Amino acid sequence: MTSHFGLMVIFSLFVSVVFATLMRDELSEQLAFGGRLLAGFVGAGTLIGWVLYFFPL
Amino acid sequence: MRATTADRTQPAATTYLICVAAWLLPGVGHFWLGRRQKGLTFLVALTVMFAFGLWLEGALFPFQVSQPLVALGALADVGIGLPYVIARSAGVGAGRVVAITYEYGNTFLIVAGLLNMLVVLDVFDIAKGRK
Repeated sequence: MTSHFGLMVIFSLFVSVVFATLMRDELSEQLAFGGRLLAGFVGAGTLIGWVLYFFPL
Repeated sequence: MRATTADRTQPAATTYLICVAAWLLPGVGHFWLGRRQKGLTFLVALTVMFAFGLWLEGALFPFQVSQPLVALGALADVGIGLPYVIARSAGVGAGRVVAITYEYGNTFLIVAGLLNMLVVLDVFDIAKGRK
């Protein structure tokens, strides 16, 4: 659970929940919007992680 | 959406009182304004996120004017309200720099505080009748 990826997913989950609750009023809308946000955060994080993989430290 | 307390604009003094309550305990402002589901979600999500940051051995930064970035970190940490005070009084949140999760913990703590500040702004808008 404390892997880099695992922590990124947990972090994204918390942020998605709060943003979705802030920006949508109905529970069903919150779930749909939160799911999209979570997928976007994790997808973008994974993509950027792979792009950085090709850069030397 | 069903009628809530927030459907009428709150007096200025009450608005600021609600904002202070919302800052002290995440979600309380929404509870006050009758938006219980949102309030419960914020209470659980932000408190657990803050606790997670402490569990990851992140640090609650001190206010050091000589180090502006540390002071900004402290300001963000304080955004969570009462959990910050409780953690400080309990002596947790010292942070362990050599822990592999130290920076992750800091990120969780700082972002939990910043998100609660956004929640307070949302409460302000609702109390003013803008939402």
